[in-house]
Amino acid sequence: MKLVFDRPRSMKDKPMHFCPGCSHGIVHRLVAEAIDALGLRERTVAVAPVGCAVFMYEYMDFDVTEAPHGRSPAVATGIKRSRPDLFVFTYQGDGDIGAIGLAEIISAANRGENFSVVFVNNTVYGMTGGQMAPTTLLGQRTTTTPRGREAKTEGHPLKMAELISGLEAPYYVARVAVDSPAHIARARKAILRAFQIQVEEKGFSFVEVLGACPLNWGLSPAEAIKRVQEELIPCYPLEIFKDKEQAVM
Amino acid sequence: MIAVGEKVLMRGCEAMAEAAIRAGCRFYAGYPITPQSELAEYMARELPKYGGVFIQSESEIAAINMVLGASVTGTRAMTSSSSPGISLKQEGISYLAACELPAVIANFSRGGPGLGNIAPSDADYFQATKGGGHGDYRNIVLAPYSVQETVELTHLAFDLADRYRNPVLILCSGLIAQMMEPVEFMPFREEKEEKPWALRGARGRPSMVIKSLYLQDVELEGHDLKLQEKYKEIREKEVRVEAQHLEGAKLVVVAFGTAARVAASAVEEVREEGLPVGLIRPITLFPFPTDFIRKAAEGTDRFLVLELSGGQMVEDVELAVRGRVPVEFYGRMGGVVPSPEEYLTEIKKRL
Repeated sequence: MKLVFDRPRSMKDKPMHFCPGCSHGIVHRLVAEAIDALGLRERTVAVAPVGCAVFMYEYMDFDVTEAPHGRSPAVATGIKRSRPDLFVFTYQGDGDIGAIGLAEIISAANRGENFSVVFVNNTVYGMTGGQMAPTTLLGQRTTTTPRGREAKTEGHPLKMAELISGLEAPYYVARVAVDSPAHIARARKAILRAFQIQVEEKGFSFVEVLGACPLNWGLSPAEAIKRVQEELIPCYPLEIFKDKEQAVM
Repeated sequence: MIAVGEKVLMRGCEAMAEAAIRAGCRFYAGYPITPQSELAEYMARELPKYGGVFIQSESEIAAINMVLGASVTGTRAMTSSSSPGISLKQEGISYLAACELPAVIANFSRGGPGLGNIAPSDADYFQATKGGGHGDYRNIVLAPYSVQETVELTHLAFDLADRYRNPVLILCSGLIAQMMEPVEFMPFREEKEEKPWALRGARGRPSMVIKSLYLQDVELEGHDLKLQEKYKEIREKEVRVEAQHLEGAKLVVVAFGTAARVAASAVEEVREEGLPVGLIRPITLFPFPTDFIRKAAEGTDRFLVLELSGGQMVEDVELAVRGRVPVEFYGRMGGVVPSPEEYLTEIKKRL
């Protein structure tokens, strides 16, 4: 019989710890597929975040280092600048990139560092048990916004892709989602494109991925998918905000 | 280029930069802060000539994490700063120690706490030797007292960092950063260390991880015990200390760094007067020369610890002496550097 679907070479054969309906499993696979497609596994050094995805090295079969919370873009800068032959990407969550590590991501993007960022936005701190993230939607109840996020006191949801694309240096900035097969196909293309840009030494590439956190949203996996479609996407439009190559074409 | 054996007049922080490049440092990240910004400026000018990378980071926090990233790939890397900046780096230093990554961090310390001032101080002793960041870890801490020794200890710092896969702090007051002295440099060295632990892609070997997360308590304790074993080995093998006139000394002065430089002049002067005073100068602050001082306590009546602080190293001297003889202390704070005459008076008071 012909094998038509298998685990990417860049993934280990290991059951994941992620909760049912969590998007990290899908995003992990898309990342691994892109690395396989570009033949990068043997020269990849990834930077794992602090948060649920810190365990990415349990599932990925390439070199990974941890970084302090939010500092991944600075760590990735050190790796890539000292060894430009390596393929380097950070995998970050919304608290990591949009709160504690905001200075590091903006500065790395503004320098146009030649590494890639995969940012999973699920509007909540997952590992610590569902506190407000910078990307939490207005009105969204979390353990630290028990009456719902209010613009007056907690500010508005932080739109990272828009923020990064406002800078001069970044080469490619896109937002995708993994709520449906069609969107997953687009997300696969975006991650592949971002990684390709680094391989071609064109500079900073950034992909924001809208994902679900059913556990901390208090929803079933199916309801969580529906929330991504009905609440997240209207607030966080799926777009390619910047692609310098497309711009000159 | 400065020839080997050539004597040049240089300030301490620039001499450290030159020595670091010669020791194989190929990555520097830093953030401007007085009194040592000239080190970063020197690196910006010189490091790229040797294929190295200089980055002016967005913060001290980013600088130490860039160093962590470079170290992950096995590149000899350093950062430097002064007291308030070193406080910001503590998170990264704790991670470096936990991940067993080599790095060299220079602190040209200044008056504190808080913003303090930009005058020389040695009040970061506790922070440097007792942790600074969170968790059970130790930095190797080297304390030069001249520009020439700064050069020598910079070479040693990179070697020790690689040998023990541990952060090494070079702690000296801002005076040494700005003081100009004639100095000679060692030859350029190519790094020979293999570093099989470095992440350079899983080519021809299984994929590897550098991490400090161990969720199981027993697993983490195992990692901590391994670190403690390493610190024990460092304590046994790497103590460096200089002593003068201990034979028959009724009073032994203990001082490091800038205070030791001034104390050495004062001690020479009282010796010329025929007074029985000795001097112990710890060069490594961790590992501390505990046994050496303990032994010296058997042959003297009294210790006098001189520091540019409110009294920090004195606690380690007391632990070494264990109450056998009195340990007295004299310190100036806030960036005040005493004259040899001031120390002379303090020494004579105690004879």
